[in-house]
Amino acid sequence: MRLDWGNPDRPNSYIGRSVPRPNAARLVEGRGRYVDDIVLPRMLHVAFVRSPHAHARILRIATDEAQSAKGVRRVFTGADLCDVCSPWVAVLAHLKGIKSAPQHPIAVERATWTGEPVAAVVAETRAAAEDGAALVDVDYEVLPAVVDMETALDPATPLIHPDLGDNLTFQRLHEKGDVDAIFSAASHVVEATFRTGRHTGVCLEPRSILAEWNPGERQLTVYHSTQAPHMMQSVLAKHLDLPESRVRVICGDVGGSYGIKVHVYPDEVATAAIARVMGRPIKFIADRTESFATDIHARDHRITGRIAVDENGKILAIDIDDLTGIGPYSVYPRTSAIEGNQVVNLCGGPYDFQTYRAQTTVVLQNKTPTCQYRAVGHPIACAVTEGLVDMAAEKVGLDPVEMRRRNLIADDAYPYTSAAGMKFEALSHHRSLEKLVALMDYKGLRAEQAQLRERGVYRGIGIASFIELTNPSPFMYGIGGARISAQDGCTVRMDPDGSVVALSGVTEQGQGTEAILAQIVAEAVGVEVGEVRIITGDTQTTPYGGGTWASRGAGIGGEAALQAGLALRANILEVAGAMLQAKADTLDIRAGRIVDSNGGIERMDLAELGRIVYFRGDTLPRELSREMVATRHYITSEYAFAFTNGVQASWLEVDVETGFVKLLKHWCVEDCGRIINPMLVDEQIRGGIVQGIGGALYEECLYDGDGQLLNANMADYLVPMAAEMPDMVVGHVETPTAESALGAKGAGEAGTAGAPGAVMNGINDALRPLGARLTEMPFTPERVLRALGKLTK
Amino acid sequence: MNAEGMFRRQVEVALTVNGEPVEARVDAGKHLVDFLRLDLGLTGSHAGCEHGVCGACTIRVNGEIVRGCLVLTAQLDGAEVWTVEGVSETGEMRALQDAFVQRNALQCGFCTPGMLFAAAELVERGGRPSREEIREHMSGNYCRCTGYEAIIDAIEQVTSDQEGAR
Amino acid sequence: MKATRVGYWRADSVEAALGALRSAAGSAQLLAGGQSLVASLNLRLADETNLIDINGLTELEGVSDEGDRIRVGALTRHRTLETAPLVASSAPALAEAAVLIAHAAIRTRGTLGGSLAYADPAAELPACMVALEADIVARSADDRRRIPAESFFEGLFQTALAEDEMIEAVEVPKAGPLERQVVLELARRSGDYAMVGLVLRADVEGHALARSRIAYFGLGAVPVLARGAMSALEAGDLDAAVAALAQDLDPPSDLHASAEYRLHLAGVLLRRAVARARAEGGST
Repeated sequence: MRLDWGNPDRPNSYIGRSVPRPNAARLVEGRGRYVDDIVLPRMLHVAFVRSPHAHARILRIATDEAQSAKGVRRVFTGADLCDVCSPWVAVLAHLKGIKSAPQHPIAVERATWTGEPVAAVVAETRAAAEDGAALVDVDYEVLPAVVDMETALDPATPLIHPDLGDNLTFQRLHEKGDVDAIFSAASHVVEATFRTGRHTGVCLEPRSILAEWNPGERQLTVYHSTQAPHMMQSVLAKHLDLPESRVRVICGDVGGSYGIKVHVYPDEVATAAIARVMGRPIKFIADRTESFATDIHARDHRITGRIAVDENGKILAIDIDDLTGIGPYSVYPRTSAIEGNQVVNLCGGPYDFQTYRAQTTVVLQNKTPTCQYRAVGHPIACAVTEGLVDMAAEKVGLDPVEMRRRNLIADDAYPYTSAAGMKFEALSHHRSLEKLVALMDYKGLRAEQAQLRERGVYRGIGIASFIELTNPSPFMYGIGGARISAQDGCTVRMDPDGSVVALSGVTEQGQGTEAILAQIVAEAVGVEVGEVRIITGDTQTTPYGGGTWASRGAGIGGEAALQAGLALRANILEVAGAMLQAKADTLDIRAGRIVDSNGGIERMDLAELGRIVYFRGDTLPRELSREMVATRHYITSEYAFAFTNGVQASWLEVDVETGFVKLLKHWCVEDCGRIINPMLVDEQIRGGIVQGIGGALYEECLYDGDGQLLNANMADYLVPMAAEMPDMVVGHVETPTAESALGAKGAGEAGTAGAPGAVMNGINDALRPLGARLTEMPFTPERVLRALGKLTK
Repeated sequence: MNAEGMFRRQVEVALTVNGEPVEARVDAGKHLVDFLRLDLGLTGSHAGCEHGVCGACTIRVNGEIVRGCLVLTAQLDGAEVWTVEGVSETGEMRALQDAFVQRNALQCGFCTPGMLFAAAELVERGGRPSREEIREHMSGNYCRCTGYEAIIDAIEQVTSDQEGAR
Repeated sequence: MKATRVGYWRADSVEAALGALRSAAGSAQLLAGGQSLVASLNLRLADETNLIDINGLTELEGVSDEGDRIRVGALTRHRTLETAPLVASSAPALAEAAVLIAHAAIRTRGTLGGSLAYADPAAELPACMVALEADIVARSADDRRRIPAESFFEGLFQTALAEDEMIEAVEVPKAGPLERQVVLELARRSGDYAMVGLVLRADVEGHALARSRIAYFGLGAVPVLARGAMSALEAGDLDAAVAALAQDLDPPSDLHASAEYRLHLAGVLLRRAVARARAEGGST
């Protein structure tokens, strides 16, 4: 059965409509159920003693006083958990040469960043656990800390893990074509060094876990605020030495994740290990200050880039040298080398050129570990590429839009393999750019800009084209040996009342997965969307799947749901045919009723069909299959990733006296393939843009020379707030992937991928008449003034 | 007066929460959000930072919005407290809640109860605030998911409907 | 984080609160709006302490007309400063400053007295007091004294209050018919502590500024009166006033801004404040 996408009036046409999310109605009444809302009998709370030093040897831990404090039940050190929890090493086989050291849930001999857990105090309340933690007395021998990634590999720099031989985790050089020859012969070469600030996700709901060991069933049940329940099941089973079948991970409402909650955190594993030891439910809810110090950080990069163009502005070659510091450990199990790897894969991505060199160097340091955060590597690659493209355009004398028209991969050039070796099935850079130019009235804005400049008002327009990696195949993690599923499954069943339940392996983090799955299933089966209930986030009941990461929910989870729904529809029609003495292919299901395909005359409703199947099966032919349930799985196979594309524009004003940047408006046109729910896609884009703006203008984890994190609170770490954010116009081009029937690609990274580059180019466009250029994020007012030469010290 | 003797580590309070009388004995340092969540099971109020910046814990005390994490329960003897659970039952925030759902002005929902209380205060002031004024009023409530625009849209919808109805 | 253990006592009169404060001999502190104090308890920045809750003392709240001055009770909430007509007409800087303090849900609790006693150098209201030549009325169990704002703020989070004293009220001279008051600040995000802010008070006639006072916040351990700039303004020389700031101010460097940047912004704000005062005074 095929869906007639071209006809918006087709029956049950939920796919493509802005249906409100069913779970939103519950959440606005405060009826969410986040991990911290769950209370279990005999539950205890754990608080962690954390290293105050970036690098220190743990000489002695005195726990007596804490142990006897009011409400404290038990204190654990790293050594106490060694017998119940094995350490992990975060490497992947396909990242050649990657190395990291064994990491324990609680530090055993040395603490390697400020915030690493050193002991755990279990008590009746979180407050009592914190009181107890304050009484744990740890003797440290402070060791020299590796703080600056630029010198991490110098021979004089101490080794964080002497067994590794150096502080290098991973290095990759990709080279295509004779880069040096092209650069030496090119008409124009421009070069710049870019920095992206180390920042973090700041999920409003902190990391949360509640673990319960049931000795009778020998089962560990974990309520977890996570994006990947099945991955966590596998990890906990492996390191607590339990069969996977005896670990159940339940993921209810999640208060934001953005990639932060897809990693293995030592304090969370320790919580599960402690539950296993104590046989009582143990809850750990990170507080805000420990979230800043222990949630993964990301995007700590220095990138030097060069671009060679001919006299007409045609891009000939790009050369990238990327350096990133990832903290003391590669983060389990996805590794901390992926971000640098993505920079190599994605730089220059929108453009038609074939000579490319890119190297990433991934080094250790004594800071909070970094790992994959929303739009992994994309905002870095996009900002570097778009920054270089704008500089080249200026050098050649081209308008930034014209520069892009000359260089973006042609819309009819697909399939296309990029200089970085990325395979693109079908992208729409030019259509997207033209749509953007029309949406924003580019010419009108340029005229306004010129007028205002005469009055000393400095406004700028920044354009950033981008590509976005979605729908990952096993080439992302699975081939490296990680038990992270790229496949996902969905089970759809019809109950006796004719309503439909769908169980999916992808998860809901607020982005609307459950809404789009309901839409897809409703359309596929042929019922009203309100008749579909979705169940996600339980390893014991849902089909096995990967969860939510790399924008895979709609494209992969959605296709599995579509196929399962269509299969159930076929099953239902077969039974209906037998009941109605009609051929199944002359019948259809529309709005919960069996109808004649031609004419749509109602024959029976699904509740009646359900009544007969479930309660009067005796009246049906004996040989008739009556499976009111179907399961389908989906995995991409033709392309390693479904790339999407888009382009953003930022319109902003720089106060050249104060350096303050005011965002006036922002546009994004993107192509995520088939759009299932336009409203949800738009809000993913907008939320993503603001996260990108955060990195561009505000957010940075600031460290001193000793590796102390200086702004681990909401007052000093600046996240974007409503007053400073612009209104955002979102437009779409739809190029469905032909790999799936649904044709959906992801949309979760696009906003974040392009926003920093657009803002950077906007600032530089505004300041061009004054000869200033900024390439170091975040673009604080003080950095703007320094670029303007108004501060000299 | 004996100073040491008069200070209590635990304090008796009697207040009303969502219109119902509550009597409790609480640790003197326990903030209101923990009291609501841990003692009363009112988990709709969320603690996002516990230092008064994120706004997730915004609720109503004695008719005014406050940061629940910056008010000690001990201070609330005789107070009248309303949480998202209570105002959902009375229906007084229905228009805002419906607008949030229709406009998808929430994703993960963690900030939403606090957002609603902040928004309701603006709506109650009446008038038709500009988008800039709405943004300014909502600038103490952090949302990482939406990028704020849908929230501003939803509030603008309600304030403009309200004015239109006058 | 959960608060360190605290002791709590609710005062039912000003006299009782002052008696308790004296007998606690430094082991207790007053809990007013609590918008800084409770945050610091929750962050475990404060040691175990005892709290004397004065929130119920309504006699400490409110704004009253005292002839040539207005009196603002210590427990007056920021929200009241924002909205009280008497504040708007007699000390508009207080209303303008109040809306710059954090956010609506904090301004309903935070108090004037609390802000002054906490003496955060980046806070708006202490600088208003200094610019407007307010007196801080301090009271102990057996005494009441008026402390000029200029000598009230002694250092980083330090005031002239004795251990057994509390702020009862402030008295602010009423603005004269020619007086203009301007509060400007630069904060990265609305409601954040300002990197730099100033309160300007002056009588404006045509282009000329007389009786001008300029108090900066966020630029030192206490609100800083820019005396050199004030006398240059008096002489009608704005450029000289901005130049004088280099001597008047010695700003700190911190996470959010360097000293050099702060000094630069101080000059920008001064020009903008003077321009606004002149515009409001009817000049251009």
